[in-house]
Amino acid sequence: MGRALKGRPRLKLWVVLLVMLSAPWLSVLWPAPPAAAQSNTVILSTTTSTQDSGLLDLLVPMFEKKTGMTVKTISVGTGQALALAARGEADVARVHAPSVERKYGEEGKMRNRRLVMYNDFVVIGPEDDPAKIKGTPRVADALKRIADTQSRFVSRGDKSGTHVLELGLWKQAGIEPKGAWYIESGQGMGQTLGIANDRRAYTITDRGTWLAFQKRISLPILIEKDKPLLNIYSVMEVNPANGPRVNVAGGKAFADFMVAPETQAVIKVFGLDKYGQPLFVPIAGKADTDFQ
Amino acid sequence: MELIGQGIVQALRLLLSGDAEVWRIAGLSLAISATATLISLAVGIPLGTLLALARFPGRGFAISLVNTGMGLPPVVVGLFVTIVLWRSGALGFLELLYTPTAMVLAQFVIAAPVVIGLTLAAVQQIPGQFRLQLLALGASRPQMVWSLLKEARLPMLAAVMAGFGAVISEVGASLMVGGNIKGSTRVLTTATVLETSKGNFDVAIALSLILLALMFLVNWALTWIQQGRRA
Repeated sequence: MGRALKGRPRLKLWVVLLVMLSAPWLSVLWPAPPAAAQSNTVILSTTTSTQDSGLLDLLVPMFEKKTGMTVKTISVGTGQALALAARGEADVARVHAPSVERKYGEEGKMRNRRLVMYNDFVVIGPEDDPAKIKGTPRVADALKRIADTQSRFVSRGDKSGTHVLELGLWKQAGIEPKGAWYIESGQGMGQTLGIANDRRAYTITDRGTWLAFQKRISLPILIEKDKPLLNIYSVMEVNPANGPRVNVAGGKAFADFMVAPETQAVIKVFGLDKYGQPLFVPIAGKADTDFQ
Repeated sequence: MELIGQGIVQALRLLLSGDAEVWRIAGLSLAISATATLISLAVGIPLGTLLALARFPGRGFAISLVNTGMGLPPVVVGLFVTIVLWRSGALGFLELLYTPTAMVLAQFVIAAPVVIGLTLAAVQQIPGQFRLQLLALGASRPQMVWSLLKEARLPMLAAVMAGFGAVISEVGASLMVGGNIKGSTRVLTTATVLETSKGNFDVAIALSLILLALMFLVNWALTWIQQGRRA
Protein backbone atom coordinates (compact mmCIF):
# COMPACT_ATOMS: atom_id res chain seq x y z
CA MET A 1 0.00 0.00 0.00
CA GLY A 2 3.07 2.21 -0.31
CA ARG A 3 1.63 3.39 -3.60
CA ALA A 4 -1.45 4.81 -1.89
CA LEU A 5 0.65 6.65 0.69
CA LYS A 6 2.75 8.18 -2.03
CA GLY A 7 -0.41 9.13 -3.87
CA ARG A 8 -1.60 11.52 -1.15
CA PRO A 9 0.91 14.35 -1.55
CA ARG A 10 0.51 14.06 -5.31
CA LEU A 11 -3.20 14.65 -4.91
CA LYS A 12 -2.44 17.78 -2.91
CA LEU A 13 -0.10 18.94 -5.64
CA TRP A 14 -2.87 18.46 -8.13
CA VAL A 15 -5.15 20.71 -6.11
CA VAL A 16 -2.42 23.35 -5.81
CA LEU A 17 -1.84 23.19 -9.55
CA LEU A 18 -5.52 23.50 -10.37
CA VAL A 19 -5.86 26.54 -8.13
CA MET A 20 -2.72 28.04 -9.65
CA LEU A 21 -4.03 27.57 -13.15
CA SER A 22 -7.50 28.89 -12.42
CA ALA A 23 -6.42 31.92 -10.38
CA PRO A 24 -5.63 34.23 -13.30
CA TRP A 25 -8.88 33.22 -14.92
CA LEU A 26 -10.90 34.39 -11.94
CA SER A 27 -9.33 37.81 -12.21
CA VAL A 28 -10.34 37.93 -15.84
CA LEU A 29 -13.85 36.61 -15.36
CA TRP A 30 -14.66 38.68 -12.32
CA PRO A 31 -15.06 42.06 -13.98
CA ALA A 32 -16.74 40.34 -16.93
CA PRO A 33 -19.52 42.42 -18.48
CA PRO A 34 -22.91 41.43 -17.07
CA ALA A 35 -25.56 40.53 -19.61
CA ALA A 36 -27.08 44.01 -19.43
CA ALA A 37 -23.82 45.64 -20.49
CA GLN A 38 -23.85 43.67 -23.74
CA SER A 39 -26.39 45.99 -25.35
CA ASN A 40 -23.87 48.69 -24.53
CA THR A 41 -21.37 47.04 -26.83
CA VAL A 42 -20.74 48.28 -30.34
CA ILE A 43 -19.15 45.90 -32.83
CA LEU A 44 -17.05 47.83 -35.32
CA SER A 45 -15.91 45.96 -38.40
CA THR A 46 -13.04 47.72 -40.04
CA THR A 47 -10.06 47.41 -42.32
CA THR A 48 -6.72 46.11 -41.17
CA SER A 49 -4.79 49.13 -42.43
CA THR A 50 -6.45 51.53 -39.99
CA GLN A 51 -5.71 49.30 -37.07
CA ASP A 52 -2.15 48.75 -38.18
CA SER A 53 -1.62 52.50 -38.33
CA GLY A 54 -2.64 52.84 -34.67
CA LEU A 55 -5.34 55.44 -35.32
CA LEU A 56 -8.12 53.32 -33.83
CA ASP A 57 -6.11 52.68 -30.67
CA LEU A 58 -6.37 56.43 -30.17
CA LEU A 59 -9.98 57.04 -31.28
CA VAL A 60 -11.75 54.05 -29.72
CA PRO A 61 -10.84 54.92 -26.09
CA MET A 62 -11.96 58.52 -26.80
CA PHE A 63 -15.34 57.24 -27.94
CA GLU A 64 -15.68 54.81 -25.04
CA LYS A 65 -14.91 57.55 -22.52
CA LYS A 66 -17.37 59.92 -24.10
CA THR A 67 -20.31 57.50 -24.41
CA GLY A 68 -19.65 54.85 -21.79
CA MET A 69 -20.05 52.19 -24.49
CA THR A 70 -17.60 49.39 -25.20
CA VAL A 71 -16.29 48.95 -28.73
CA LYS A 72 -15.26 45.57 -30.09
CA THR A 73 -13.03 46.28 -33.05
CA ILE A 74 -12.88 43.45 -35.55
CA SER A 75 -10.08 44.14 -38.01
CA VAL A 76 -10.60 42.34 -41.28
CA GLY A 77 -10.38 43.28 -44.95
CA THR A 78 -12.99 45.67 -46.32
CA GLY A 79 -14.73 42.79 -48.11
CA GLN A 80 -15.21 40.79 -44.93
CA ALA A 81 -15.99 43.90 -42.87
CA LEU A 82 -18.96 44.71 -45.11
CA ALA A 83 -20.03 41.07 -45.44
CA LEU A 84 -20.16 40.73 -41.64
CA ALA A 85 -22.12 43.98 -41.31
CA ALA A 86 -24.52 42.88 -44.04
CA ARG A 87 -25.28 39.78 -41.97
CA GLY A 88 -25.98 41.95 -38.95
CA GLU A 89 -22.87 40.61 -37.20
CA ALA A 90 -21.54 44.15 -36.70
CA ASP A 91 -23.14 47.50 -35.89
CA VAL A 92 -21.01 49.90 -37.89
CA ALA A 93 -18.37 49.52 -40.59
CA ARG A 94 -15.38 51.69 -41.32
CA VAL A 95 -14.09 50.82 -44.76
CA HIS A 96 -12.37 52.07 -47.88
CA ALA A 97 -13.75 50.67 -51.12
CA PRO A 98 -16.27 53.20 -52.51
CA SER A 99 -17.50 50.95 -55.32
CA VAL A 100 -18.28 48.06 -52.95
CA GLU A 101 -19.74 50.43 -50.36
CA ARG A 102 -22.15 51.85 -52.92
CA LYS A 103 -23.26 48.35 -53.86
CA TYR A 104 -24.12 47.53 -50.24
CA GLY A 105 -25.86 50.92 -49.96
CA GLU A 106 -27.99 50.26 -53.02
CA GLU A 107 -28.95 46.83 -51.73
CA GLY A 108 -30.15 48.50 -48.53
CA LYS A 109 -27.80 46.40 -46.35
CA MET A 110 -25.80 49.42 -45.23
CA ARG A 111 -26.92 53.01 -44.89
CA ASN A 112 -25.94 56.57 -44.19
CA ARG A 113 -22.49 56.37 -45.78
CA ARG A 114 -20.41 59.32 -44.65
CA LEU A 115 -16.88 60.21 -45.66
CA VAL A 116 -14.37 60.36 -42.81
CA MET A 117 -10.89 60.90 -44.21
CA TYR A 118 -8.50 59.98 -46.97
CA ASN A 119 -4.90 59.16 -47.55
CA ASP A 120 -3.45 57.85 -50.75
CA PHE A 121 -2.11 54.74 -52.39
CA VAL A 122 1.29 54.59 -54.02
CA VAL A 123 2.88 52.15 -56.44
CA ILE A 124 6.22 50.96 -55.16
CA GLY A 125 8.77 48.69 -56.76
CA PRO A 126 12.43 47.80 -57.08
CA GLU A 127 14.90 50.66 -57.43
CA ASP A 128 16.08 49.56 -60.89
CA ASP A 129 12.44 49.67 -62.08
CA PRO A 130 12.52 46.87 -64.72
CA ALA A 131 9.20 47.98 -66.27
CA LYS A 132 10.37 51.61 -66.43
CA ILE A 133 7.23 53.03 -64.87
CA LYS A 134 8.73 55.87 -62.87
CA GLY A 135 7.37 59.21 -64.01
CA THR A 136 4.37 57.72 -65.83
CA PRO A 137 1.58 60.21 -65.08
CA ARG A 138 -1.32 57.75 -65.21
CA VAL A 139 -1.20 54.80 -62.84
CA ALA A 140 -3.23 52.62 -65.23
CA ASP A 141 -0.53 53.07 -67.92
CA ALA A 142 2.11 52.10 -65.39
CA LEU A 143 0.27 48.86 -64.56
CA LYS A 144 -0.02 48.10 -68.27
CA ARG A 145 3.75 48.45 -68.60
CA ILE A 146 4.24 46.06 -65.67
CA ALA A 147 1.95 43.49 -67.31
CA ASP A 148 3.51 43.95 -70.76
CA THR A 149 7.01 43.38 -69.43
CA GLN A 150 5.80 40.52 -67.20
CA SER A 151 7.48 42.17 -64.23
CA ARG A 152 6.63 40.65 -60.89
CA PHE A 153 3.69 42.25 -59.08
CA VAL A 154 2.32 41.26 -55.66
CA SER A 155 -1.43 41.57 -55.18
CA ARG A 156 -3.23 41.38 -51.83
CA GLY A 157 -5.77 39.02 -53.39
CA ASP A 158 -8.00 39.21 -50.30
CA LYS A 159 -10.92 41.47 -51.31
CA SER A 160 -9.56 44.19 -49.07
CA GLY A 161 -10.08 47.85 -50.00
CA THR A 162 -6.57 47.93 -51.41
CA HIS A 163 -7.25 44.84 -53.50
CA VAL A 164 -10.54 46.25 -54.81
CA LEU A 165 -8.75 49.45 -55.85
CA GLU A 166 -5.99 47.44 -57.54
CA LEU A 167 -8.52 45.38 -59.52
CA GLY A 168 -10.23 48.61 -60.60
CA LEU A 169 -6.92 49.90 -61.90
CA TRP A 170 -6.23 46.71 -63.91
CA LYS A 171 -9.67 47.08 -65.42
CA GLN A 172 -8.86 50.67 -66.40
CA ALA A 173 -5.64 49.42 -67.95
CA GLY A 174 -7.64 46.84 -69.92
CA ILE A 175 -5.70 43.93 -68.50
CA GLU A 176 -6.75 40.77 -66.75
CA PRO A 177 -3.75 40.08 -64.55
CA LYS A 178 -2.64 36.49 -64.46
CA GLY A 179 0.51 34.52 -64.99
CA ALA A 180 3.64 33.65 -63.10
CA TRP A 181 4.52 37.34 -62.70
CA TYR A 182 1.27 38.07 -60.82
CA ILE A 183 1.62 36.90 -57.21
CA GLU A 184 -1.42 36.83 -54.92
CA SER A 185 -0.33 36.99 -51.29
CA GLY A 186 -3.76 36.59 -49.67
CA GLN A 187 -2.42 38.44 -46.65
CA GLY A 188 -2.48 41.85 -44.98
CA MET A 189 -0.63 44.90 -46.26
CA GLY A 190 2.38 44.42 -44.00
CA GLN A 191 2.97 40.81 -45.05
CA THR A 192 2.41 41.74 -48.67
CA LEU A 193 5.06 44.46 -48.48
CA GLY A 194 7.45 41.89 -47.06
CA ILE A 195 6.80 39.53 -49.96
CA ALA A 196 7.19 42.31 -52.55
CA ASN A 197 10.46 43.35 -50.96
CA ASP A 198 11.71 39.78 -50.91
CA ARG A 199 10.77 39.04 -54.53
CA ARG A 200 11.88 42.50 -55.77
CA ALA A 201 8.35 43.04 -57.09
CA TYR A 202 5.98 45.93 -57.67
CA THR A 203 2.94 46.40 -55.46
CA ILE A 204 0.30 48.92 -54.47
CA THR A 205 0.14 50.04 -50.85
CA ASP A 206 -1.42 52.77 -48.78
CA ARG A 207 1.13 55.41 -47.91
CA GLY A 208 0.67 54.93 -44.16
CA THR A 209 1.71 51.28 -44.14
CA TRP A 210 4.60 52.04 -46.50
CA LEU A 211 5.84 54.74 -44.10
CA ALA A 212 5.46 52.41 -41.15
CA PHE A 213 7.61 49.78 -42.91
CA GLN A 214 10.45 52.09 -43.91
CA LYS A 215 12.92 50.20 -41.73
CA ARG A 216 12.07 46.82 -43.22
CA ILE A 217 11.69 47.36 -46.94
CA SER A 218 13.69 49.07 -49.64
CA LEU A 219 11.15 49.64 -52.39
CA PRO A 220 10.82 53.32 -53.33
CA ILE A 221 7.63 55.07 -54.44
CA LEU A 222 7.46 55.05 -58.25
CA ILE A 223 3.94 56.34 -58.92
CA GLU A 224 1.93 58.67 -56.70
CA LYS A 225 -0.62 61.48 -56.67
CA ASP A 226 -2.73 60.24 -59.57
CA LYS A 227 -6.47 60.80 -58.93
CA PRO A 228 -7.45 57.10 -58.94
CA LEU A 229 -4.95 56.52 -56.13
CA LEU A 230 -7.03 58.45 -53.62
CA ASN A 231 -7.92 56.21 -50.66
CA ILE A 232 -11.21 57.38 -49.19
CA TYR A 233 -12.41 56.00 -45.86
CA SER A 234 -16.04 56.18 -44.84
CA VAL A 235 -18.37 54.95 -42.11
CA MET A 236 -21.59 53.11 -42.83
CA GLU A 237 -24.31 52.12 -40.41
CA VAL A 238 -25.90 48.69 -40.46
CA ASN A 239 -29.52 48.26 -41.46
CA PRO A 240 -31.20 46.69 -38.40
CA ALA A 241 -33.17 44.48 -40.77
CA ASN A 242 -29.93 42.59 -41.52
CA GLY A 243 -30.24 40.42 -38.45
CA PRO A 244 -31.28 40.14 -34.84
CA ARG A 245 -29.60 42.16 -32.09
CA VAL A 246 -28.03 44.89 -34.20
CA ASN A 247 -27.09 47.76 -31.90
CA VAL A 248 -28.52 50.55 -34.06
CA ALA A 249 -28.05 53.39 -31.57
CA GLY A 250 -24.49 52.30 -30.79
CA GLY A 251 -23.58 52.03 -34.47
CA LYS A 252 -24.97 55.47 -35.20
CA ALA A 253 -23.19 56.94 -32.18
CA PHE A 254 -19.85 55.63 -33.44
CA ALA A 255 -20.48 56.86 -36.98
CA ASP A 256 -21.45 60.30 -35.62
CA PHE A 257 -18.31 60.29 -33.50
CA MET A 258 -16.06 59.62 -36.52
CA VAL A 259 -17.28 62.75 -38.32
CA ALA A 260 -17.52 64.97 -35.23
CA PRO A 261 -15.26 68.07 -35.31
CA GLU A 262 -13.12 67.05 -32.33
CA THR A 263 -12.46 63.59 -33.82
CA GLN A 264 -11.61 65.12 -37.17
CA ALA A 265 -9.16 67.43 -35.41
CA VAL A 266 -7.38 64.39 -33.93
CA ILE A 267 -7.24 62.68 -37.34
CA LYS A 268 -5.75 65.83 -38.87
CA VAL A 269 -2.56 65.62 -36.81
CA PHE A 270 -2.32 61.83 -36.39
CA GLY A 271 1.11 60.51 -37.35
CA LEU A 272 2.77 63.92 -37.37
CA ASP A 273 4.97 63.13 -34.39
CA LYS A 274 6.03 59.70 -35.63
CA TYR A 275 6.42 60.16 -39.39
CA GLY A 276 6.87 63.91 -39.72
CA GLN A 277 3.69 64.05 -41.78
CA PRO A 278 0.04 63.36 -40.99
CA LEU A 279 -1.18 59.98 -42.26
CA PHE A 280 -4.76 61.03 -43.06
CA VAL A 281 -6.69 64.07 -44.24
CA PRO A 282 -10.07 64.56 -42.50
CA ILE A 283 -12.94 65.18 -44.94
CA ALA A 284 -16.18 64.91 -42.94
CA GLY A 285 -19.09 66.64 -44.66
CA LYS A 286 -17.59 66.33 -48.16
CA ALA A 287 -19.04 64.22 -50.97
CA ASP A 288 -17.43 61.81 -53.45
CA THR A 289 -17.94 64.38 -56.21
CA ASP A 290 -15.49 66.70 -54.44
CA PHE A 291 -12.73 64.23 -55.31
CA GLN A 292 -13.43 63.39 -58.92
CA MET B 1 20.03 36.45 -36.26
CA GLU B 2 20.55 39.98 -35.09
CA LEU B 3 16.76 40.32 -35.04
CA ILE B 4 16.38 37.39 -32.61
CA GLY B 5 18.95 38.97 -30.32
CA GLN B 6 16.96 42.20 -30.42
CA GLY B 7 13.84 40.17 -29.68
CA ILE B 8 15.37 38.61 -26.59
CA VAL B 9 16.47 42.02 -25.32
CA GLN B 10 13.02 43.41 -26.10
CA ALA B 11 11.33 40.50 -24.31
CA LEU B 12 13.36 41.06 -21.18
CA ARG B 13 12.70 44.78 -21.33
CA LEU B 14 8.95 44.29 -21.76
CA LEU B 15 8.79 41.86 -18.85
CA LEU B 16 11.08 43.67 -16.46
CA SER B 17 9.66 47.12 -17.12
CA GLY B 18 6.34 45.66 -15.99
CA ASP B 19 4.70 46.55 -19.30
CA ALA B 20 1.09 46.17 -18.16
CA GLU B 21 -0.18 45.25 -21.62
CA VAL B 22 2.28 42.37 -22.07
CA TRP B 23 1.55 40.93 -18.63
CA ARG B 24 -2.13 41.22 -19.31
CA ILE B 25 -1.81 39.42 -22.64
CA ALA B 26 0.28 36.66 -21.08
CA GLY B 27 -2.14 36.30 -18.16
CA LEU B 28 -5.07 36.11 -20.52
CA SER B 29 -3.37 33.42 -22.63
CA LEU B 30 -2.74 31.34 -19.54
CA ALA B 31 -6.21 31.90 -18.11
CA ILE B 32 -8.10 31.05 -21.31
CA SER B 33 -6.03 28.00 -22.20
CA ALA B 34 -5.90 26.67 -18.65
CA THR B 35 -9.66 26.96 -18.31
CA ALA B 36 -10.21 25.25 -21.64
CA THR B 37 -7.82 22.47 -20.60
CA LEU B 38 -9.52 22.01 -17.22
CA ILE B 39 -12.95 21.73 -18.81
CA SER B 40 -11.54 19.30 -21.37
CA LEU B 41 -10.19 17.19 -18.52
CA ALA B 42 -13.51 17.26 -16.69
CA VAL B 43 -15.27 16.04 -19.83
CA GLY B 44 -12.50 14.07 -21.46
CA ILE B 45 -11.32 11.81 -18.63
CA PRO B 46 -14.78 10.27 -17.96
CA LEU B 47 -15.47 9.91 -21.68
CA GLY B 48 -12.04 8.44 -22.39
CA THR B 49 -12.42 5.98 -19.50
CA LEU B 50 -15.88 5.01 -20.69
CA LEU B 51 -14.59 4.39 -24.22
CA ALA B 52 -11.74 2.29 -22.83
CA LEU B 53 -13.82 0.10 -20.54
CA ALA B 54 -17.31 -0.09 -21.97
CA ARG B 55 -18.28 -2.34 -24.86
CA PHE B 56 -21.10 -1.08 -27.04
CA PRO B 57 -22.04 -1.14 -30.72
CA GLY B 58 -20.32 1.63 -32.67
CA ARG B 59 -17.44 1.81 -30.19
CA GLY B 60 -14.85 1.41 -32.92
CA PHE B 61 -16.50 4.18 -34.90
CA ALA B 62 -16.55 6.46 -31.82
CA ILE B 63 -12.86 5.82 -31.20
CA SER B 64 -12.05 6.62 -34.83
CA LEU B 65 -13.98 9.87 -34.45
CA VAL B 66 -11.97 10.76 -31.35
CA ASN B 67 -8.71 9.90 -33.06
CA THR B 68 -9.61 12.13 -35.99
CA GLY B 69 -10.62 14.85 -33.53
CA MET B 70 -7.14 14.76 -32.01
CA GLY B 71 -5.94 16.42 -35.19
CA LEU B 72 -8.85 18.83 -35.68
CA PRO B 73 -7.58 21.86 -37.62
CA PRO B 74 -8.04 24.88 -35.32
CA VAL B 75 -9.21 27.13 -38.16
CA VAL B 76 -12.01 24.72 -38.96
CA VAL B 77 -13.07 24.72 -35.30
CA GLY B 78 -12.80 28.52 -35.32
CA LEU B 79 -15.00 28.86 -38.37
CA PHE B 80 -17.77 26.63 -37.04
CA VAL B 81 -17.72 28.06 -33.52
CA THR B 82 -17.89 31.56 -35.07
CA ILE B 83 -20.92 30.65 -37.17
CA VAL B 84 -22.69 29.08 -34.19
CA LEU B 85 -21.96 32.14 -32.03
CA TRP B 86 -22.97 34.71 -34.64
CA ARG B 87 -25.94 36.85 -33.67
CA SER B 88 -27.83 34.93 -36.33
CA GLY B 89 -26.38 31.59 -35.18
CA ALA B 90 -27.83 28.90 -32.93
CA LEU B 91 -26.17 30.33 -29.80
CA GLY B 92 -26.29 33.95 -30.94
CA PHE B 93 -28.59 34.97 -28.12
CA LEU B 94 -25.74 34.41 -25.66
CA GLU B 95 -23.77 37.25 -27.33
CA LEU B 96 -20.52 35.40 -26.71
CA LEU B 97 -18.65 36.08 -29.94
CA TYR B 98 -15.49 38.16 -29.49
CA THR B 99 -15.28 37.36 -25.76
CA PRO B 100 -12.73 35.28 -23.81
CA THR B 101 -15.54 32.80 -23.12
CA ALA B 102 -15.90 32.16 -26.85
CA MET B 103 -12.16 31.43 -27.01
CA VAL B 104 -12.47 28.96 -24.11
CA LEU B 105 -15.27 27.23 -25.99
CA ALA B 106 -13.26 26.92 -29.21
CA GLN B 107 -10.15 25.75 -27.36
CA PHE B 108 -12.24 23.22 -25.45
CA VAL B 109 -13.41 21.75 -28.75
CA ILE B 110 -9.76 21.46 -29.82
CA ALA B 111 -8.43 20.02 -26.55
CA ALA B 112 -11.26 17.64 -25.59
CA PRO B 113 -10.54 14.98 -28.28
CA VAL B 114 -6.85 15.06 -27.33
CA VAL B 115 -7.69 14.40 -23.69
CA ILE B 116 -10.28 11.73 -24.54
CA GLY B 117 -7.91 9.96 -26.93
CA LEU B 118 -4.92 9.97 -24.59
CA THR B 119 -7.06 8.91 -21.58
CA LEU B 120 -8.41 6.06 -23.67
CA ALA B 121 -4.88 4.96 -24.54
CA ALA B 122 -3.69 5.38 -20.94
CA VAL B 123 -6.47 3.27 -19.45
CA GLN B 124 -6.25 0.64 -22.19
CA GLN B 125 -2.55 0.02 -21.69
CA ILE B 126 -3.25 -1.34 -18.20
CA PRO B 127 -3.29 -5.13 -18.46
CA GLY B 128 -6.74 -6.72 -18.29
CA GLN B 129 -5.67 -9.01 -15.43
CA PHE B 130 -5.29 -6.00 -13.17
CA ARG B 131 -8.96 -5.22 -13.62
CA LEU B 132 -9.99 -8.80 -12.97
CA GLN B 133 -7.81 -8.92 -9.89
CA LEU B 134 -9.42 -5.81 -8.46
CA LEU B 135 -12.88 -7.21 -9.02
CA ALA B 136 -11.83 -10.56 -7.53
CA LEU B 137 -10.58 -8.75 -4.45
CA GLY B 138 -14.10 -7.43 -4.01
CA ALA B 139 -13.70 -3.93 -5.39
CA SER B 140 -16.91 -2.27 -6.47
CA ARG B 141 -17.11 -0.92 -10.02
CA PRO B 142 -16.42 2.74 -9.07
CA GLN B 143 -13.51 1.57 -6.90
CA MET B 144 -12.15 -0.40 -9.83
CA VAL B 145 -12.37 2.58 -12.20
CA TRP B 146 -10.73 4.83 -9.63
CA SER B 147 -7.85 2.36 -9.20
CA LEU B 148 -7.41 2.15 -12.95
CA LEU B 149 -7.28 5.92 -13.27
CA LYS B 150 -4.74 6.10 -10.46
CA GLU B 151 -2.70 3.50 -12.26
CA ALA B 152 -2.94 5.48 -15.49
CA ARG B 153 -2.17 8.87 -13.99
CA LEU B 154 1.32 9.21 -15.44
CA PRO B 155 0.32 8.80 -19.08
CA MET B 156 -2.73 10.93 -18.33
CA LEU B 157 -0.52 13.81 -17.30
CA ALA B 158 0.78 13.59 -20.84
CA ALA B 159 -2.83 14.17 -21.90
CA VAL B 160 -2.90 17.35 -19.81
CA MET B 161 0.32 18.57 -21.38
CA ALA B 162 -0.76 17.73 -24.91
CA GLY B 163 -4.16 19.36 -24.47
CA PHE B 164 -2.74 22.51 -22.91
CA GLY B 165 0.05 22.68 -25.47
CA ALA B 166 -2.40 22.36 -28.33
CA VAL B 167 -4.60 25.24 -27.18
CA ILE B 168 -2.13 27.77 -25.85
CA SER B 169 -0.12 27.61 -29.08
CA GLU B 170 -3.20 27.77 -31.28
CA VAL B 171 -3.88 30.95 -33.26
CA GLY B 172 -6.47 30.34 -36.00
CA ALA B 173 -9.51 29.70 -33.83
CA SER B 174 -8.56 32.31 -31.25
CA LEU B 175 -8.27 34.96 -33.94
CA MET B 176 -11.64 34.08 -35.45
CA VAL B 177 -13.80 33.72 -32.35
CA GLY B 178 -11.95 36.25 -30.20
CA GLY B 179 -11.33 38.96 -32.77
CA ASN B 180 -7.95 39.89 -31.25
CA ILE B 181 -9.49 42.77 -29.27
CA LYS B 182 -6.97 44.73 -27.24
CA GLY B 183 -7.35 44.16 -23.50
CA SER B 184 -10.05 41.54 -23.94
CA THR B 185 -9.29 38.75 -26.38
CA ARG B 186 -5.72 39.53 -27.45
CA VAL B 187 -3.56 36.60 -26.40
CA LEU B 188 0.11 35.85 -27.02
CA THR B 189 -0.40 34.06 -30.33
CA THR B 190 -2.83 36.58 -31.86
CA ALA B 191 -0.71 39.50 -30.62
CA THR B 192 2.30 37.88 -32.29
CA VAL B 193 0.43 37.72 -35.61
CA LEU B 194 -0.63 41.35 -35.26
CA GLU B 195 2.83 42.65 -34.39
CA THR B 196 4.33 40.69 -37.29
CA SER B 197 1.84 42.20 -39.71
CA LYS B 198 2.67 45.63 -38.30
CA GLY B 199 6.31 44.98 -38.98
CA ASN B 200 7.26 45.09 -35.28
CA PHE B 201 9.32 41.93 -35.55
CA ASP B 202 11.23 42.52 -32.33
CA VAL B 203 8.00 42.77 -30.31
CA ALA B 204 6.67 39.69 -32.14
CA ILE B 205 9.78 37.75 -31.20
CA ALA B 206 9.50 38.99 -27.63
CA LEU B 207 5.91 37.76 -27.41
CA SER B 208 6.91 34.39 -28.90
CA LEU B 209 9.64 33.97 -26.33
CA ILE B 210 7.22 34.81 -23.53
CA LEU B 211 4.83 32.18 -24.91
CA LEU B 212 7.61 29.58 -25.00
CA ALA B 213 8.65 30.46 -21.45
CA LEU B 214 5.06 30.15 -20.25
CA MET B 215 4.63 26.77 -21.94
CA PHE B 216 7.89 25.60 -20.44
CA LEU B 217 6.91 26.66 -16.91
CA VAL B 218 3.55 24.89 -17.09
CA ASN B 219 5.05 21.73 -18.55
CA TRP B 220 7.87 21.80 -16.06
CA ALA B 221 5.37 21.92 -13.19
CA LEU B 222 3.41 19.04 -14.72
CA THR B 223 6.55 17.01 -15.35
CA TRP B 224 7.60 17.62 -11.77
CA ILE B 225 4.36 16.01 -10.62
CA GLN B 226 4.57 13.24 -13.20
CA GLN B 227 8.11 12.25 -12.37
CA GLY B 228 7.46 12.29 -8.62
CA ARG B 229 9.36 15.52 -7.97
CA ARG B 230 12.62 13.99 -9.09
CA ALA B 231 12.76 15.92 -12.35
